[in-house]
Amino acid sequence: MASATQHPTQTHAEVTRDVIGTLGTPTRGYYILLGCVSAALAVGLVTFFFLVKDGLGHAGYTPPVMWSVYITTFVFWVGIGHAGTLISAILYLFRSPWRTAVYRATEAMTVFAVMTAALFPIVHIGRQWIFYWLIPYPNARFLWPNFKSPLVWDVFAITTYFTVSTTFLIFGLIPDVAAVRDKVSGWRQKVYGMLALGWKGTDEQWRHYSRAYLYLAALATPLVLSVHSVVSWDFAMGIIPGWHGTIFAPYFVAGAIYSGVGMVFTLLIPLRRALKLEHMITTYHFDNLGKLTLLTGCILFYAYGMEYFVAWYSGNIFEQTTFWRRAFGPMWWAGWAMIICNAFVAQLLWFRKVRTNLTALFVISIFINIGMWFERYVIIVSSLGNDFDPWAWGLMNPTWADWGILLGSFGWFGLWFTLFFKHFPIVAIQEIKEMIPMPRRKGAH
Amino acid sequence: MFKAKTVPGVLGSFAHIDSAVDAIKGLRARGHTDLTVYSAAPNHELEEALEHKISAVRLFTLVGGLTGVSAGLAMTYWTSLDWPLLVGGKPIATVPPYVVIMFELMVLFGALSTVTAVALLSLRKPTTGIAYDPRYSDDLVGIFVPCAADRAGDVESLLKQAGSVEVRRAA
Repeated sequence: MASATQHPTQTHAEVTRDVIGTLGTPTRGYYILLGCVSAALAVGLVTFFFLVKDGLGHAGYTPPVMWSVYITTFVFWVGIGHAGTLISAILYLFRSPWRTAVYRATEAMTVFAVMTAALFPIVHIGRQWIFYWLIPYPNARFLWPNFKSPLVWDVFAITTYFTVSTTFLIFGLIPDVAAVRDKVSGWRQKVYGMLALGWKGTDEQWRHYSRAYLYLAALATPLVLSVHSVVSWDFAMGIIPGWHGTIFAPYFVAGAIYSGVGMVFTLLIPLRRALKLEHMITTYHFDNLGKLTLLTGCILFYAYGMEYFVAWYSGNIFEQTTFWRRAFGPMWWAGWAMIICNAFVAQLLWFRKVRTNLTALFVISIFINIGMWFERYVIIVSSLGNDFDPWAWGLMNPTWADWGILLGSFGWFGLWFTLFFKHFPIVAIQEIKEMIPMPRRKGAH
Repeated sequence: MFKAKTVPGVLGSFAHIDSAVDAIKGLRARGHTDLTVYSAAPNHELEEALEHKISAVRLFTLVGGLTGVSAGLAMTYWTSLDWPLLVGGKPIATVPPYVVIMFELMVLFGALSTVTAVALLSLRKPTTGIAYDPRYSDDLVGIFVPCAADRAGDVESLLKQAGSVEVRRAA
């Protein structure tokens, strides 16, 4: 097992060699992975074709549940992105040394997760060919969008989050792409040369770059907190029992980071092995990621408990009924799946032996992914299904069109991530080098 | 195709950071202030030796952020008043719900203007025509000293004395 050291032990040249070595000729396993994610995407595309051709009737929408799997999956993917920004921007401002080896992969995960999430409002709206009506420009009667609506806030939040995350990812990649350009030859050198945008690592370039990176991190930090707060207000601003809670913003942000770190485990544990990066992404990094998961898992545990407590303490019969039915009603299995996978499974991470056991972490990460998808499913579907009047109560059952789009979203995300890690440095070469002191002729000072 | 004119000067490569810092200090003491220093990662010792001022990027970030806030406030207010719809007796235009839009546009404009600033400010000192070595993105520090041929000998000896592992002329 790789040693759990805080600082990288390689030389600058070894860092360049090892990271650029991951961009070599793809193996058979890589093509199999590419085939699997492409197949999943194809399922999603075929499903989408039928949704466009015939309408949303194929999906399992059943009144009063008119937000279901697509909105659930939208929130799920937006949440996945949050861990990436936390690790790349917030921990950068806190100067956490352990972020360096993992932040590129998590930041790429953020961008691709938001790209995936952004598809869902379009899938969900029906008549997808007029999705641009979501954009704030006056319609034929010069009527503007309602800027007091959290749904319009969400358009701005997600668009800004996608733009800033992508900018942050590309900006961070420039020096590393230049390092690749200087190591490869032929047409690859030309392509990476163009992508490096003339970067040569001069003192003048670093002077502006370092400052800009700091400010981008400073801007991304409140942004990431705002985005899932705004997503939570899509629900909390409504008066539906089960949604109308003041704790929704911090509850959603903690849940988003929790789910995102879960996905980081799912992606990085096999990836470090496949790319032979065990000496760079060590148990030290996973131990710290585990602590982050434990912290956010405990916040979730508290939030789950507080939701039930507030429902009981409020004396509001509608809230009480919704939460009673969430635990013991027809969707009890989903309600308990969410609590067990998120609140209880995370408690295993109190033990260092678990946090440094990669097999255990991988298994826990699968529970987290499932649990966090169910959290959103429960919040959305069980709340809508238990409206104020019992005669209007209803349940929805997901159909092939729901599962097809869900599978397709994993294919879409997986395809981008798979293409990314084979063509761009998945570990930030420049930032790792910044942590390694350059050799001295006169010895250390 | 356009080919940039080569800038005459001397290029020194360093494997040790203290040698590179000594060379920069020595060159600056002899009046060579227009240096170009290459490194694979930002380094505080190099920055201190070069006596760089703080980048003007922050001004662009500030102006971008303020523009975003103003644009957010102007857009939400103007559109609300352009077609006033009274709903539930609530105000036609009011700040609290618009803070979200103002905040998001502040971050968006601030981030984009920050990146634009790097591109624009880097253009002030272009790197075309200045000698470079691919090893500078790997494990060496490079110092390019623009100078005429008659001063190149002095520069070469100074770089070698400081501990340069390789010195070559660019003409």
